[in-house]
Amino acid sequence: MRHTWTLAKIRIRLAMRNRTFFFFTLAMPLAFLFFFVFLFGKGQPGMIAYVLGSVLSLTVMGSFWGLSVQLVTFREQGILRRFRLAPVGAGAMLASGILTNYILALPTVAIEILLCRWAFHMQTWGNVWAILLLVSIGSAAFSAFGLIVASVTNTMQETQIINQLIWMCFLLLSGATIPLAGFSHWIQRASLFLPATYLAAGLQGATTRTATMGEIATDVVALTIGFLVAFEISRQLFRWEPEAKVPGRAKLWVLAALIPFLVFGVWQNVWGHRPTIVSRFDMLSRGSGHAQTTPPH
Amino acid sequence: MAEPIIQAENLYKSYGAVEALRGVSFSVEEGEVFGLLGPNGAGKTTAVEILEGMRTPDGGSARVCGLDPQRSGERFKDNIGAVLQSTSLPDKLRVKEALELFAQFYPRRADTDELLRRFQLEEKRNAYYSQLSGGQKQRLALAMALVNDPQVVFLDEPTAGLDPQVRREIYDIIEELRRGKRTLLLTTHYIEEAERLCDRVAIVDHGRVIAMGTPRELKHASAGTTRIEVRLARPPVDASLARLEGVSDCREFDGVYVLHSSRPPRTIVALVKQLEAENNELQSLEMFSPSLEDAFIELTGRRLRE
Repeated sequence: MRHTWTLAKIRIRLAMRNRTFFFFTLAMPLAFLFFFVFLFGKGQPGMIAYVLGSVLSLTVMGSFWGLSVQLVTFREQGILRRFRLAPVGAGAMLASGILTNYILALPTVAIEILLCRWAFHMQTWGNVWAILLLVSIGSAAFSAFGLIVASVTNTMQETQIINQLIWMCFLLLSGATIPLAGFSHWIQRASLFLPATYLAAGLQGATTRTATMGEIATDVVALTIGFLVAFEISRQLFRWEPEAKVPGRAKLWVLAALIPFLVFGVWQNVWGHRPTIVSRFDMLSRGSGHAQTTPPH
Repeated sequence: MAEPIIQAENLYKSYGAVEALRGVSFSVEEGEVFGLLGPNGAGKTTAVEILEGMRTPDGGSARVCGLDPQRSGERFKDNIGAVLQSTSLPDKLRVKEALELFAQFYPRRADTDELLRRFQLEEKRNAYYSQLSGGQKQRLALAMALVNDPQVVFLDEPTAGLDPQVRREIYDIIEELRRGKRTLLLTTHYIEEAERLCDRVAIVDHGRVIAMGTPRELKHASAGTTRIEVRLARPPVDASLARLEGVSDCREFDGVYVLHSSRPPRTIVALVKQLEAENNELQSLEMFSPSLEDAFIELTGRRLRE
């Protein structure tokens, strides 16, 4: 734990010296916020909370991208090798990345909430505790998904391709950018198998206060299990050496990280009340439900 | 008798079809500077990385400070320091931060300010890693290897790729460590480095130790012959140089004929006569007293830089 904190502190310092970090962690999420407010929230103050939920989801999901790229860069450049000589384990190295991502995401999250409340006149603070919980566990989960990508890819090129594919799915099919109501029924059902959907649904529900505590708890549990499984798999597959290639069959371990979401997807499709996720956008855009605490069934 | 501080016994390691180590054995006593000398690809780095716990041997055993590098985890790492063949750190990490960061991983820590002073990095303490020259990066790597005040330090090609002046600076640092009675295991393909720095040397070639001893012992093992290097206007008549008086061995390297002679004056006289008879001309002639390089050539049939 001590080594995790030591590494996290230096990683935070390194991030603060990196201009790209400010672009991806601060400038881009804020650009999304302004764009979404312009697109969905203009003249509809009730929609600002929904937009906030979406933008917070994108901010948290960004953890996935940065960490995988950083880890592969460190491995390719032989930086990890030097750490291997020290008494630092793979767990501390990986956990420090997750902790760093979380700490660095918090100021952006705070700015987004404050901007929505004060500059865009969001009517309530939303369910602050639920927001904090989802941001925390979401950041850990998506960082861990990024670590898995880094574990199963051998080169930066491979990492970028896989990141793009996964990122596009997260971005487009989770309801974080395009409201799920705009998709066909089967895509809406398929989205329930994506981790990003649980994050976006949870955060949109928490900012608009339209989700029950049960629904938020489901999202938190899904992300927590996803995080634990992904972290353990990435720890098992961790490689210090640039020339150490991951065996083809090890890539199948990635599928294991999807099992929790497969289970939750089936459960939600069969027994869940997730139509709320789909209808939330319509409901709010009609100006009828921004302060509801109970979802319509 | 005390157990050697480093013990490698019959180490084997293959990478696919390539056999990097084929039964390497040696031991190093406490306070000794031991060198693994050999050309690139001889297996030196593989041997050192097994001893550092970075690689697992296919066969044989290794012990450092009485511990198994593969199984002793943190306790083992607390006792060793190492300079890898190429060290890399994040570009935006400052020199002082790098030392403090690594020092924090160990229970026993050296004074990082003292290390900065000792390795002439005080002026660069706030410089980013990316702003350092090759020599400064290597000095930092050496300083980092000492942050835990280790019993044993591994130096894998510590001067490779550095210019001669920087190389001499690194030699001075290693000699200072040697005076401090620290156990050092260094790999090199520079003969002069092994001769200058090492108490004992193992010559490694094709994954095997082919000779071991003090530099002096190895030099004497090369039959005590003088090396005569000559350049000729034209190639000599078949094997005529090998038949000259006193010559025990004659090889050609890139147009230079290297003769090993036990009676140099007589060999030179015979050489001049032979060239006259062949209507050939002597372009240059150099004589060298027996060196480690001669021992290496005699043992491997090759020069180190081939």
